[in-house]
Amino acid sequence: MKRTGAQILLECLKQEGVEVIFNYPGGAILPIIHELADWDFRTILVRHEQGAVHAADGYARVSGKVGVCLVTSGPGATNTVTGIATAFMDSVPLIVLTGQVPTHLIGNDAFQEADIVGITRPCTKHSYLVTDVRKLASRVKEAFYVASTGRPGPVLVDLPKDVMSHTTTFKYPEAVQIRGYKPTLDGNVPQIRRALKLILKSSRPVIYAGGGVVSSGASEELMTLVEGLQIPVTTTLMGLGGFPGTHPLSLGMLGMHGTYRANMAVTECDLLVAIGARFDDRVTGKIDGFAPHAKKIHIDIDPTSISKNVRVDIPIVGDCKRILAQMLDFLHQEEALEEYGKSLMPWHQQIDEWRKAHCLAYEQNQVIKPQFVVEKLFELTKGEAIVATEVGQNQMWAAQYYQLNNPRSLLTSGGLGTMGYGFPAAIGAQVAFPDRTVIDIAGDGSIQMNIQELATAVQYKLPVKVAILNNGYLGMVRQWQELFHEKRYAQSCIGEVSPDFVRLAEAYGAYGLRATKPEDVVPVIQEALRSPLPVLMDFLIEPEEGVYPMVPAGEPINQMLLV
Amino acid sequence: MRHTINVLVENEFGVLARVAGLFSGRGFNIESLSVAETPDPTVSAMTIVTRGDDQIVEQVSKQLNKLVSVIKVTDLVGKEYVAREMALVKVRANKETRAETLRITEIFRGKVLDVSPKSYTIEVTGDEDKIKAFLELLKPAGILEVARTGQVALTRG
Repeated sequence: MKRTGAQILLECLKQEGVEVIFNYPGGAILPIIHELADWDFRTILVRHEQGAVHAADGYARVSGKVGVCLVTSGPGATNTVTGIATAFMDSVPLIVLTGQVPTHLIGNDAFQEADIVGITRPCTKHSYLVTDVRKLASRVKEAFYVASTGRPGPVLVDLPKDVMSHTTTFKYPEAVQIRGYKPTLDGNVPQIRRALKLILKSSRPVIYAGGGVVSSGASEELMTLVEGLQIPVTTTLMGLGGFPGTHPLSLGMLGMHGTYRANMAVTECDLLVAIGARFDDRVTGKIDGFAPHAKKIHIDIDPTSISKNVRVDIPIVGDCKRILAQMLDFLHQEEALEEYGKSLMPWHQQIDEWRKAHCLAYEQNQVIKPQFVVEKLFELTKGEAIVATEVGQNQMWAAQYYQLNNPRSLLTSGGLGTMGYGFPAAIGAQVAFPDRTVIDIAGDGSIQMNIQELATAVQYKLPVKVAILNNGYLGMVRQWQELFHEKRYAQSCIGEVSPDFVRLAEAYGAYGLRATKPEDVVPVIQEALRSPLPVLMDFLIEPEEGVYPMVPAGEPINQMLLV
Repeated sequence: MRHTINVLVENEFGVLARVAGLFSGRGFNIESLSVAETPDPTVSAMTIVTRGDDQIVEQVSKQLNKLVSVIKVTDLVGKEYVAREMALVKVRANKETRAETLRITEIFRGKVLDVSPKSYTIEVTGDEDKIKAFLELLKPAGILEVARTGQVALTRG
């Protein structure tokens, strides 16, 4: 039986186990949209294509599945670019299906035509333009395979309108063979043995864990390794939750807004074990001052991450989970384990000294402090919520004060730093887990970048709770202006005209709440958590509160401004 | 340091753009690039000449390998290899220069492809130094146009 391109596409999605499609219709994808009505996918109609990609991204990050979105050609496709770049930087598996003008019009500057494959080439893991319906099934199969294996990432499939109406017999390929794509999964055994020797010789080791621990599902292995060897762990922003933030061996986050103890420990360590992390500039600060006394072991699935910024002594390419499991196997053969843990006592004492700096202490006076809001969110959700963030101060306060204990619980644009990411991502997460509490910690600036998705949340009864830390500023911009630009707050005072977020929520049919003084914070959060509706909580916070500790850009990470 | 890198890629549209975009997007230098189909029509071979320190060229190789459309990357530095480039040179020809130009061409084992009352078009093949020297010697006669292929290379043996 012959089937149309649209039918084949949807059959492929079924075969791949897709349950949800975040979409926004348009002319070029109408054959697909028409067909979609006959299938039992859960379709979420967003209000802007950027929202579709971020929502699919949030869905993918919390569920570990591939996120799928479907948009039309031209502006529909170009609106996805920021979302795709966001997912690319943070290694999130996505399939972005874009409509395209009919094949005979490609290259003609046709209505709603954009060379989206060309535009997104540098920010996709791979992309396909399907011009022949007979190749459609194998292309889609390849797309899912590439997106979800190795270092995950977004893959774009561009679908000309006529190809969606062309017919052919459907046969879904069973396996994928791409001769140019064979990710290395198992670690090289001699390298792993050398790494273990180096670890057992070290006296001041630190594990630096990144997003790779979360995306490969290596948290358990990491925990076993860490508890067995008693090595302290610092995580990157992307690694938060990959190792429990409340664990005694947790140093918290490192880098520009990292904790005092994490940055000092990395600076003074004699061995740094990087696991699924990529030595990003926000982590390393001045590169020569980053772990200057340490031998370095680097475990990562992406060979290009290794020795890109920092030369390492022992690189191990492969999947973090598998490599840690391999390490544990060899470790059990070692007898000196317990003794090694004991030998680290002086190192732990030193770290306890650094801990006494209490770098995250703050004073809650008559005005609401953002740190207080995040701490209360943490307490009232018992640390079990899925937390999304926007970008800027809100993101850093969320990272510092919401002690994530579970992997796949944080949705934040770590690499690209995309304002407007958090709210649609939270919507995607709520779709994946309808019964969990999903909180978007936002600022008054970034929430306005995708506020239109309130309609999506209301329409699909997705009770996302948005905590707006409202300081009337683009706060991180203001903080940099305060510190490095003579306090000239140019272009950063958005509070001069700000919507009434409570009434805005109500206008969309959501619930709006406001806290103007510290006593309001707990009742507002409690009320929001009780409500079955999406909620905007407007917390009027100390306008000029800063994020500290802070390492000025380009300084070594032990040079922290503490208040 | 200069590196000659051979890259086997899928012979599909858009692959050249992926490779070129990788170089421009990451700020890698590209001195020459030549590409043609191999005996297997589904595969194209590229020879890329790039310049950079070891760390950069290591990144270039790894990033190329990471492209899904790239099948194999071979950095020829440290390997025995042969490399050649071809140039077509249109040079002014008049009574005074004709004989000298032909002599130089012969010394360089070049071939005259086209003769006109005012010019010769000459083909010359060799490594980069040879082509440079050839062009240098023809300069006084007056070079009108040059088309060069960029380097192609293969390992020995």
